[in-house]
Amino acid sequence: MATQAAFMPGAKAETATTGVWSWITTVDHKRIGILYGVTAFIFFLMGGIEALIMRAQLARPDNNLVSAQTFNELFTMHGTTMVFLAIMPLSAAFFNYMIPLQIGARDVAFPRLNALSYWIFLSGGLFINSSFLFGAAPDGGWFGYATLTTRQFSPGHHIDFWMLGLQILGIASMLAGFNFIVTIVNMRAPGMTLMRMPVFVWMSLVVQFLVVLAFPAITVALILLMFDRFFGTLFYAPAAGADPLLWQHLFWIFGHPEVYILILPAMGIVSEVLPTFARKPLFGAPVVIYSGIMIGFFGFGVWSHHMFSVGMGPVADSAFSIATMLIAVPTGVKILNWISTLWGGSIRFTSALLFSLGFIAMFTMGGLSGVMHASPPVDLQQTDSYFVVAHFHYVLFGGSIFGIFSGFYYWWPKMTGRLLDEKLGKLHFWLMMVGFNMTFFPQHYLGLIGMPRRIYTYAADLNWGFWNLVSTIGAFIIALSIFVFIVNVIKTRRSGPVAGPDPWDARTLEWAIPSPPPVYNFATIPTVHGRDELWLQKHGDGHGGAPTRKPAPTTAKEIAAIHMPPPSYWPILLALALAVMLSGLLISYVQVVAGGLLTLYCMFKFALEYHRPAQEAH
Amino acid sequence: MTKRARVTASLLLLAVVVLGAGCGLVGWEWDTPMSTVQPKSDFGKMTHDIFMLISWTTLVIFIAVEAVLLYVCFRYRDRPGAPIPKQTHGHTPLEISWTVAFAAILVIIGIPTIRVIFKTQEAPAATTLHVDVTGKQWWWDFQYPTLKIHTANELHLPVGQTVAFYLHGPDVIHSFWVPQLGGKRDVVPARVNRIILTPEVPGEYLGQCAEYCGMSHANMRFRVFVHDKAGWDKWVAAQQAPPVEPKEDLAVKGKDVFSQSACMGCHTIDGLSAGVLGPNLTHFGSRTTMAAGIMKNTPENVARWIENPAHVKPGALMPALGLRDEQIKAVTAYLQSLK
Repeated sequence: MATQAAFMPGAKAETATTGVWSWITTVDHKRIGILYGVTAFIFFLMGGIEALIMRAQLARPDNNLVSAQTFNELFTMHGTTMVFLAIMPLSAAFFNYMIPLQIGARDVAFPRLNALSYWIFLSGGLFINSSFLFGAAPDGGWFGYATLTTRQFSPGHHIDFWMLGLQILGIASMLAGFNFIVTIVNMRAPGMTLMRMPVFVWMSLVVQFLVVLAFPAITVALILLMFDRFFGTLFYAPAAGADPLLWQHLFWIFGHPEVYILILPAMGIVSEVLPTFARKPLFGAPVVIYSGIMIGFFGFGVWSHHMFSVGMGPVADSAFSIATMLIAVPTGVKILNWISTLWGGSIRFTSALLFSLGFIAMFTMGGLSGVMHASPPVDLQQTDSYFVVAHFHYVLFGGSIFGIFSGFYYWWPKMTGRLLDEKLGKLHFWLMMVGFNMTFFPQHYLGLIGMPRRIYTYAADLNWGFWNLVSTIGAFIIALSIFVFIVNVIKTRRSGPVAGPDPWDARTLEWAIPSPPPVYNFATIPTVHGRDELWLQKHGDGHGGAPTRKPAPTTAKEIAAIHMPPPSYWPILLALALAVMLSGLLISYVQVVAGGLLTLYCMFKFALEYHRPAQEAH
Repeated sequence: MTKRARVTASLLLLAVVVLGAGCGLVGWEWDTPMSTVQPKSDFGKMTHDIFMLISWTTLVIFIAVEAVLLYVCFRYRDRPGAPIPKQTHGHTPLEISWTVAFAAILVIIGIPTIRVIFKTQEAPAATTLHVDVTGKQWWWDFQYPTLKIHTANELHLPVGQTVAFYLHGPDVIHSFWVPQLGGKRDVVPARVNRIILTPEVPGEYLGQCAEYCGMSHANMRFRVFVHDKAGWDKWVAAQQAPPVEPKEDLAVKGKDVFSQSACMGCHTIDGLSAGVLGPNLTHFGSRTTMAAGIMKNTPENVARWIENPAHVKPGALMPALGLRDEQIKAVTAYLQSLK
């Protein structure tokens, strides 16, 4: 085979496993997962720095560390970054890496499309953030309410960067969404019925449906805004008879499912981590799965609870209030199921488990304050106040981020082959727990005594100073905890203890293969007998059933015959062409046309890229 | 493991103690100028009652869930040589009962919620005082059409009188919020929203725009003065009177400067000018604050404002007029004489 490879340029690239070029052209879901993770973590740090500057500005009344304009840019970019460039792609990192491994597949359904998603995501993230270089960072809030975002009230390119950047990111999310749906539906190992699928894969599947159904709404909203801003249409112009609430409805029809896009992956991670470290199956797994589906379904019927103060009238207020309260039922059920999973278990307090426990403890808080806003009369006092800021940080930080870190500590050995340091991991957890509560718990109080959101300054006589200072100190403790995590990663990257295939005595298929997994994942595609297939292979069902049969060892010849898709540079080129086209809207229409032609050319090359069939290559 | 569990438990205890001590030392002061939990109107009280109901309900659930979580973590921690735990997959009756329990709790919260939604959005009675509120970047315009009063940034109301605010937005979305008098209502272009309430306690209350509306969103504040009967009658009489003619030389000169410069184009002073882009200044001198409540109405502040408004309030739409120092002094004297 080695001699043959010398005659086939394509095959040579196939075997390249190191170097920048191998990463640029990779179509391996595991490498793309790592690219997503590293990129999103860097954006997460940027969003965090933006938050720290805001907290420093708010540490005392009448402060003037940053200007009003800078502050408005910071909170716009903090929200946009954390939602689209940090939490979503961090979840995507786990989708990419773990879904094929958990369902016993060798890759996703469309590996090159997967690479394309990543490169488009990267170009969208760089595009939005490049606005800082031009002094035109978005300043309309991550929600970008019309009419403030129209040319009349927001001249300059601030909003243009935001609007076009989100469109680019939307393409990446949609492509990834379809890719994962097809992967999960079609590529499960034999025997893995839908109800035998790991709960993380289930929650991921729900998320992908949310993505492909919710993003079109914001795409439409952004296209209308783009036409208003570039071509002088009047979709959001009240003077021409438009209703600016059109934007709010379109945005929140996307925006509320987006909340579940951010939280469901973390719920999936927790549903994997708890059973592993309690050494018990997930309690009421079918109910957890159905609850996830219910949350996703109801998630499309509650968007107007973000709009209780806009004057929709009592009937609409009541309807959206009831729908919102209904969502609390499956959410509460999940929390009790997780606690019941621990009940009667044998709990090992690893860093991964601590973060999952943190998730349950903090998310409960965010969920309960959410019940308060579900009541419109109460919400009228709380909406757009710091109470809401506290609420959704308990959901998205106490929930999503704690869940994601739980996933990091849990799957890190699988991805790198080495264990993270547990002492540093626990230090990270406790620092983050203390810092997080110090930052966000006082914000409940600040909201209740009237502090509105998105203000860059406040008067001294309102009693807001002290707890804002506490909150700021807490934010810097969170930063310290992230620093500890980075130290942990660097320290153990080369010298950490070798993990082996199954360091946690875990339950699902990804732990049946070496760490890190070989490029083809499974030498032999396993046959699945239950949700916790690996546990069944190791320990039986615990009710007297014998352990299920492990796959037979594979011969070198069989492994050599595995066909994996070769690398391709068309994904990155196509993403670049798209970025050239869209950024042309800010520079010149000549560039738009040139970029458009280039995009078309790359699309054709991408679609018609010739691959030698496997049998010919050998 | 036991040692680790002990460390974990003590750390948790420490966190609770620190948090509790923090609260105890500094205290959560609730009676503050923009507190939402000390309602001073019927509307505020109705919504506050639901807030308290939900707060207590959720607090009980919160404590129960966290307590069980802590108990489970302690009770079922891994012990050396422990056997593999029983592989329980679920318990259907238990799961059904807690699902039903959650639904029942929501009914308890839902019924008063719906009742108050409809109660607070009823049509106003004929005796209701009508106030037109206009939110603009970044200040508030207040008009009392039945009383023929037009003012800005400081709202005056009679105690015990039901008021209907009609909210108008000519530019972007704002939100009208006086926390002590009740929840907010957005000011939306091309719509007229309404909020009805009856202030019950005389006093001075702070308001602020609560919907992000651009550069100086943080500086779009206002004040509400709730008067007893005598105070209200006095204020109405003063506002309905024509503007005071300046007597001092400096103020007389200031009136000349005002009427010969760009001020006229944007500001109304009854009998002198009819501009509508900026606040009505007919009785500017009677206001305690200026520039949408961000500073006291003193000669120094007025002069500082006229010299360069955007310097005081970032993004302010009033331009610096390039007046000379003595002109600014004169206009300041004139404006302050408009009691």
